[in-house]
Amino acid sequence: MADVALSSPPRAAHSRGAMAWAYVRGHVWFVIAAVVVGAYVFAAAFAPFVAPFAPTEQDMMSFMAPPAWGAHLLGTDSFGQDLLSRTIYGARYALLIGLGAVAIGAGGGLVIGLAAGLIGGRVEWALMRLVDSLLALPSLIMAIAFISILGQGVDKVVLAVGVALIGPFSRTVRGDVLQVKAQPFVEAARLMGVGTLAIVWRHIIPNVIFPLAVQATIRVSYAILVSSGLSFIGIGVTPPTPDWGLMIAEGRSFVSFAPWIAGVPGAALAVLLIALSVVGDGVREQFDPKLRKEG
Amino acid sequence: MALALARPASAQPETPSAAPAPAPLLTVARLSLSRGEKLILDEVSFTLKRGATLGLVGESGAGKSTIALALIGLLQKPQVGLEGSMALDGSANLVDATEKDWLKLRGRRVSMIFQDASSALNPCFTVGSQLMSPLRRLLGMGPKDARSRAIELLESVGLNDASSRLDAYPHQLSGGMQQRVMIAIALATNPELLLADEPTSALDVTIQAQIVRLILDETQKRGASCIFVLHDLALASQACDEIVVLYGGQVMEAGPSDVLLAEPLHPYTLGLKACVLELDTEELTPLPSGAPSFASRTPGCRFAPRCGNALPKCVDEKPPLETVRGRKLACWNPAA
Amino acid sequence: MAWFVSKKILQTLLVLLIVSIASFSLLKFAPGDPVQLMLGSEYSAEAHASLVKQLGLDRPIAEQYVRWLAGFLSGDWGTSFVSKAPIFRYAFLEALPVTLTLAASALGLAIVIGVPLGVLSATRKDTGWDAAVATLTLTGTSFPSFYLGILLIWLFGVQLGWFPTLGFVAPWDDLWGGIVHMTLPAITLSTYFLAMIVRLTRANLIEQLEQPYVAAARARGEPRWRVVWVHGLRNVMLPLVTILGLQLGALLQGAVLTETVFSLPGVGQMMTSAVLNREYGVVQAGVMMTACLFVLTNLLVDLAYPFLDPRLRPR
Repeated sequence: MADVALSSPPRAAHSRGAMAWAYVRGHVWFVIAAVVVGAYVFAAAFAPFVAPFAPTEQDMMSFMAPPAWGAHLLGTDSFGQDLLSRTIYGARYALLIGLGAVAIGAGGGLVIGLAAGLIGGRVEWALMRLVDSLLALPSLIMAIAFISILGQGVDKVVLAVGVALIGPFSRTVRGDVLQVKAQPFVEAARLMGVGTLAIVWRHIIPNVIFPLAVQATIRVSYAILVSSGLSFIGIGVTPPTPDWGLMIAEGRSFVSFAPWIAGVPGAALAVLLIALSVVGDGVREQFDPKLRKEG
Repeated sequence: MALALARPASAQPETPSAAPAPAPLLTVARLSLSRGEKLILDEVSFTLKRGATLGLVGESGAGKSTIALALIGLLQKPQVGLEGSMALDGSANLVDATEKDWLKLRGRRVSMIFQDASSALNPCFTVGSQLMSPLRRLLGMGPKDARSRAIELLESVGLNDASSRLDAYPHQLSGGMQQRVMIAIALATNPELLLADEPTSALDVTIQAQIVRLILDETQKRGASCIFVLHDLALASQACDEIVVLYGGQVMEAGPSDVLLAEPLHPYTLGLKACVLELDTEELTPLPSGAPSFASRTPGCRFAPRCGNALPKCVDEKPPLETVRGRKLACWNPAA
Repeated sequence: MAWFVSKKILQTLLVLLIVSIASFSLLKFAPGDPVQLMLGSEYSAEAHASLVKQLGLDRPIAEQYVRWLAGFLSGDWGTSFVSKAPIFRYAFLEALPVTLTLAASALGLAIVIGVPLGVLSATRKDTGWDAAVATLTLTGTSFPSFYLGILLIWLFGVQLGWFPTLGFVAPWDDLWGGIVHMTLPAITLSTYFLAMIVRLTRANLIEQLEQPYVAAARARGEPRWRVVWVHGLRNVMLPLVTILGLQLGALLQGAVLTETVFSLPGVGQMMTSAVLNREYGVVQAGVMMTACLFVLTNLLVDLAYPFLDPRLRPR
C-alpha cells in the first residue's frame, strides 16, 4: 500500500524517524488537519475536564458577555451560558452525530449494495431503482421528511441523516461488488469448488469493506454539515443541547450586537469541516480504489 | 499579405548550374535540449533544401519528435534548455523566438501533421471549422471563399463528397480520412515546411503507403519541403531524399537515403537496416528495462552500451560528426 | 436516439413513481391522526367518521394512493390546516419561485466567476496564484453555508450596511430591490458551487490541454488564448454539466439553509415550519417538488449530452 503514495518522500530518509519526518514534510496540510481533528476528538472525549463550565450552567451575572480575559474567555450567550464550554461540548454532539449517521448510512449501504451486487437480476434492478429514488432527494430534504415523522432529538437526527446517506453508499458498494466479482481470482475460486458463501466472505466482503471505510471517512464531514444544518433550521436537536447548529441559529438573532454568540460555534464547525475534508482528501488520495487497481 | 510569405507553387524554375547553390530552407546547427539532468537532444545538426524531403529515423526516445516540436515552437516550455540554432530561410535563430514570433510562423511557413489524427482533431468541432480556421484567420478569407477553398482542399487530399464532409465531426470519419483531413489542414495555407510526425503509425498497413504518397505529392505540388519523423528505415528511404539517423538525441549518421541504405556505415544504421530487412532483432539487443534512459548525460556515444563494435573510447569520448564516403558519420569504429 | 430518449424518460418516471409512493406513505406513517388534527376543537366521533368518509380514508390503501396521485397531478395538493389556504398555491406558486430565484442566481454567479477562475488556475498550474485558488476552493467546498451567511450579514449588513439582510423582494416586481435583497443570499449559496466549478474546470482543462488536438490547433497557428478558451473549454463542458446536474441536490439543500439565514419565504422555510406544525401535507409537497426538480433536471442533463459532445450523437 505504501507504494501508492502519490508524492514519494525523499529517498535520503534512513531511520524510522527520518522517514516519518519526510512523510510529514510531504503532507503538511494533511498532518495539520489530522492534528486539528485529533484535538476535536480529545475535546469531545474529555469535555467535562477541558471545559471550564457545564454546558447548560447559567451565569446570572453575565448575559451576552463579549469574549474577554476572565471567567468567560469566549463570552456568554443570551442565557448566560459559557460559549467556550458549550462549544467544547458541542464537539461531542457533532462527532457523535456525524459518526453515528455515517455508521447507519454505511451499514445500510453495505446491506443493499451487497444484496444488489450478489443476487443480481430483478432484485438488483428493483434495489437500484430504490436507490435512485433515495438519491433523488437531497440528504437534508430527506432528513427533514424523516424528522417530520420521527420528531426531534439527537437520536432522531442520527437516524434521519443516516438513512439519507444510505443511497450513495449502496451505489458504491454495488459497484465494488460487481468489480470484484469480475476478478479472475473469484472465478478461480469458483472453479476450484469454493462455495458461494465462502467466496463472499473471503473474497468479496474484504474487497468491499475497505473502499467503504474510505468513503465513510469522507462522508463524516458531510453528515456533520447536514445534521448541524437540521439543528440550524430549528428541527434537529432541541435546546438546551449544546449543538453548534442550534447555537449558530440562536446567535443569528443577535448578530448585530453580539456576533460572538454565532461566531464562536460557527468557527468551531467551519474549522472542523475544513480539517475533516483535508483529511478525507488525503485518505482518498492514498487509498482510492481507482489508484489501487493499478498498484 | 500573408500569402506573400508563401512561395508560389509552380514558379520555381530550376536555376542553371552557373548560379550559386540556393540557400537551404532549414538549417539546424548544434541543437541541444536539456531538461534538468537529462540531455534530450545533443548537438543535432542537419540542413534541408527547398522542395526536398528529409527523414528523421530512430527508435522511440531518440528525440525525433522533439526536433519536430522544436521546429514549430511547441516544446512544453519553449525557451527552457534549448541551445544551438535553427533557422528557416531568412529567419532569425528560432531558438530565441518568442511566442509572438512563432505565431507569425506557425501555419504560415511551418505546419505539422500529427501521429494520431483521431486525437489531433478536436472532437467537439466540425472538420470544416477546423479546416477553415487557418484559411480565415491566417489568409483572411471570407466565410464563402474559405468554404469553397476547404472543399477544394478536401478533394485534393482524396476525400470524396467533400462538401458534406465539412459538416461532419471527426469521429464520423475513418482513421485514414481523419489523417487526410489533417494533411488538408496542414497544407491549407501553403507552408514552406511540413513536419509529419509518424503520420501513418496509427493507420492500417494498407493505407499507410497511400498517405505517405499523398503527403509527398501534395508537398511536391506546392514546392514545399517536408520532414518525416519515422521509425522505419525502409519507409524513410523510399519517401525521403535525405535521412538523419538519431539515437538518444545524437545524430549517428546522416546523408542521401540511397547512400545510407546501400552502404550503412554506423553499426546502429546497420542494425536498423537488418532489423527491417530480416525481421531479426539479434543484432540490436533490446534495451534492458529500467536501464538509464537515453537522455542521461554520458561523455561518449549514446549507442555504445548496445553496440557490438564498441571500443573503450566510445564510452569516454563522443565521436565527431564527419563527412565519410558521401554522408555524415559519428562513429569511432564504423562497420565495414 | 428515440430509444435513448424514451428509456431515459421511462427511468425518470419510474423514480418519480417510487418517490410519490414514498411521500404518500409519509402521511400514512406520520404519528397522530390527521383527521383529528384537521378537526381541531370541533372534534366529535360523528364529525370524525364523516370526515374519514369524505376524505376517502376508509377505502383500500391502493385506491387512496391513486386518488392522491391524481389530485397531486391536477394541482389539488390539499389544504393547509394552519393557514386554511390551498397547499398548491402556498408551495408551488409562492415558495417555489423564491427558492428557484435564489438557486438560479447562486448558480449563475458561480458559473460566471468559477469558470474563468478555473481556466486561469489551469493555465497557471503550479504557481502561487494556483495554490491560492486551491486553498480557497478547499475552504469553499467545506465551509458551512449557513455560517458563511451569518458572517456576510455581520460584515456587509451590520458593519458596512451595504445590503439588507432579511427578506425577499421579487425581482419581477421590483428588479433593483430584488437584486439588492438577493445579493448576500446568492453569494452565500454560490460559494460551494463556485469552489466546485473552479476545481472541476481546472482539473478537466489541465487534462484537455494535454490532448494532442491542443498542440495541433497551435501548430496551425491558433493563438494560445483561443486554444484554451475555445478548444479546451468546449471539451470541459460535458464533465462540468454532468457534475452540476448531480450537484443540484446540494444546491437545493443549500438553498433551504440559506433561506433560513436570510428569512426568505422559500421551500426550506415552508418545510421547516411545516415540520414544527406537523403539517405533513406541506412536507409532502416540499418532498415532491424537490424530487421532481432534481430528477427532471438530471433528465435534461442526460438529454443534453449529445449537444455537449458530438461523439455521443447518433451516427
